[in-house]
Amino acid sequence: MMGLDAIRVRAVVRKELLDYRRKRAIVVSMIIFPVLFLVEPIVSIFLASPSESGPALDKYVVLPLLYMLLISVVTPSTLAAYSVVGEREQGTLEPLLTTPLREQEFIFGKAAAVMIPTLIISYVVYGLFLAAVALFAHADMARAVFHNGPVLLALFLFAPLVAGWAIVVGMAVSVRASEVRVAQQLGMLASFPMIGVILLLAVGVIHPTFAVALEFAVGILAIDLLALRIVARMFNRERLVTGAKATGS
Amino acid sequence: MSETANLRLSRKSWLSSNSTRGRTWTVLVDGSAVGSLANGSIVDIALIPGRHVVRVQSTPFLRSPEATFDALAGQVIGFLCRPRSLSPVIVTRWLFWLLISLINHDLWISLEPDAATSTDVADRRVAAGSVAQARAAVISPSSEPRTSTTPVRATANNPPAARDRATGQSALVVSNLTKHFGGRTAFSDVSFEVGYGEVFGFLGPNGAGKTTMVRTLGTLIEPSSGTATVAGIPLSRENEVEIRRRVSIMPESPGLYLRLTVTENLEYFAGLYGLRKATTRINDALNAVNLGDRASDLCGGLSKGLRQRVGLARTLLSDPAIMFLDEPTAGLDPVASLEVHNLIIGLRQKGVTIFLTTHRLDEAEKLCDRVAIMNTTLRTVGRTEELREQIFKRSLIVKTLAPLNDPGQLFSRVPSIEEWRSDDAGSYVLTVSDPKVAAPEVTRSLVGAGADVLSISESRHSLEDVYFELVNQDVEARRP
Repeated sequence: MMGLDAIRVRAVVRKELLDYRRKRAIVVSMIIFPVLFLVEPIVSIFLASPSESGPALDKYVVLPLLYMLLISVVTPSTLAAYSVVGEREQGTLEPLLTTPLREQEFIFGKAAAVMIPTLIISYVVYGLFLAAVALFAHADMARAVFHNGPVLLALFLFAPLVAGWAIVVGMAVSVRASEVRVAQQLGMLASFPMIGVILLLAVGVIHPTFAVALEFAVGILAIDLLALRIVARMFNRERLVTGAKATGS
Repeated sequence: MSETANLRLSRKSWLSSNSTRGRTWTVLVDGSAVGSLANGSIVDIALIPGRHVVRVQSTPFLRSPEATFDALAGQVIGFLCRPRSLSPVIVTRWLFWLLISLINHDLWISLEPDAATSTDVADRRVAAGSVAQARAAVISPSSEPRTSTTPVRATANNPPAARDRATGQSALVVSNLTKHFGGRTAFSDVSFEVGYGEVFGFLGPNGAGKTTMVRTLGTLIEPSSGTATVAGIPLSRENEVEIRRRVSIMPESPGLYLRLTVTENLEYFAGLYGLRKATTRINDALNAVNLGDRASDLCGGLSKGLRQRVGLARTLLSDPAIMFLDEPTAGLDPVASLEVHNLIIGLRQKGVTIFLTTHRLDEAEKLCDRVAIMNTTLRTVGRTEELREQIFKRSLIVKTLAPLNDPGQLFSRVPSIEEWRSDDAGSYVLTVSDPKVAAPEVTRSLVGAGADVLSISESRHSLEDVYFELVNQDVEARRP
C-alpha cells in the first residue's frame, strides 16, 4: 500500500464527521442501535437472581458482555455501506475523484470517520453499562462481572477490531454496489461472523480464555488489514464513474 | 533550446546519529524522484527556471533544516517540516517509537534556481544518461508552485500562458487517443493540441465522447490506446496523481455536499489538494465567482446557478494549469449562463487554460479561441473563422426591389462570380472567390442593368452552420 497523505486523509475524516453531525437521522440511528443491544445484557444481569456464586456465575455474565460487542459491529455497518455508493448516488464522487486523493486515502479516511463515532458510542455504552452494574446490580452479579477481567478487557480491545471488520465489509459492499439500499442490506451481513462467534461461545464450542481472546484479536486484526487492502484494490475509478469496467491497455 | 538552471543541494554531515548518517535520503522535485542525497554529499538537479518544490525524505525529525541543507545554487524560499505520508509501516513504527520521538518526517524546501545556463534539456538528458534528470526536465516546465504562498490566479505581469509559451510547451497534447467500453467506441483516433492560456471548445452531439474525453484526460478513466500529455505530464497510471494536482475538472453537475456550507465544501477540497491553510485561497476563489457574501450559506439552499459558481470556485482552488469545464451552463437560465460566461471570460483574460465542452454553439463561438467538433471521431479543429472558410464558400447576398429579368446572363458577365442561386423573388446568393473584389463589380453590373438594389452583403456562416454541416455529413454517411 502506498503512503497516505495525512492532510488529505484528515480532510476526508473532517468532512465526514461534519456531514454526520448535520444529518440528525444518522446521529439518531447511531444511538438507537446500541440502546437496543443493551436490552439483553440488562435483562441477563439485572433481572437474574443468582442462586449460585463464585465462578459458576460466569455463565450468566460472559455472554451478555460479549453480546454487547454487537454494538461495535452493527453501528458502523450502515454508514460504511453508504460511504462510496452514497457519494456516487448524490453525484459527489466524480468531483472527489478528480482531486489528487488516492484510493487508499479515500478508503482509509472514510473508514476512520466511521470508526471514530463507533468507538465513542461503544465505549460510552460499555462504560455506562458497567457503571450501572456497579451501582445497581446484585452484589454477586456485579462481582462476577468485574472479576471477569479477560472478558472486560476483550470487550474494550475487541471493539475497534470487530468495528474494523464491519467497516471494511461495509465498504467492500459499497464499492461494488449499484445503489445505496442494496449496499446497506448487504452491509448488515458483516455482523454474521460475530454473531456466529457468540453462538459458538454460548454452546461451549469456544471457551473464553485469555489465550483464545489473544488469538482472536490477532486474527481479526490481520483480517481487517488484509480486507482494507483488498477494498482499496477493488476501488476502480472508471467503474465508479462510468459504471463500466476499465478496458485500458 | 530551453533555458535551464542547476540547483545544487548539499547535505551537511553534522548529524550525530550513526543510523541517521548512514541512510540515503531521496530528493524529489515537484513529486518525482530525481536523485538521492547521502550524508555530506551534493546533488545537482537541472531545472527549468521558476519556482519548484524540492522535497527531501529525511529520516529523523529535523528541527533545524536550515542547518542541515545548503542550496549552493538557487535561492531557498522557505523550509517546512511535515510528517511523511502515513503508511502502515510508519504508523506501526509511530506506535513503538512515539515516546522516543523518532518520528519520520519529510522536509519540504521551496527553491528558486538561478537562471544560469541555456542548454538543450534533451541533449543534456541523453548526455548524462540520467533518468532522474530526464524526469526533472520533463516535469519542470509546466510546474506551478503548489505551496501555500502561491496565489490563486496568475497576475497580469506573470501569466502562466506567457511563461509556458516561452518554453514552447502545449498544455494538452492528444495523439490518436481511443476509448472503447466493451464493444462501444466512445471516441476513436483523436488528436489535437491545446496551448497554454487558450480557451478550447470541445463540441459534439450527445454521445460524441466529449465527457469521456474530459474524464480520460483527467485520469478518471484509462484510454484504450493512444497517448496524451496533460500539463506537461504523460498520461499514464503512474502519473495520475501528479496530473490531478495540475488540473481541475468541473463535471456537468457540480456535486456539492448540500449539508455543508459553501466554505466547508471548499475547505474540504482544499484539503484534498493538500493545501494546509487555505483561507486566503478560498476567499480569493469565492471573490472570483462573486460569492464572497454567500460563503456561510448551506449549499443545499443555493440556486442551480449559484451551485455552478461554487463548482467553478472549487476548480480555482488548486491554481490549476488546465481547467476542464464539462458543460458548465447545462440547465442554467439565461442570466445564470451569462454569469458563467463572464466568469470564463474573466479567467481567459487572466491566462487560465480552459478546456470547455458544450452543446451550446453560441457559447463556444463567444468564449473559445479554437474549437474542435467531435462525433466519436474528431471532425475538425480550428478557429471559428477558419472552419467557416474550410467548409463554406464565401458568398454575397443580393436583394433587389423586383426580380431581375435575366439574372443568369447578368451574373455570367461578372468574372468574380463562381455560381449563383435565387432563394426567393428578388434575393440572390452569389458564390464568389473574394467578396471585396466581387461586391463592387456586382454593384456596377446591377446598376448598369437598371436594377433597384436594396442591399448587397457578405453572407456570414455561424459556428452552428459549420456544426450542422459536419454532423449532417455523419448522418448522411451512416444512412444505408
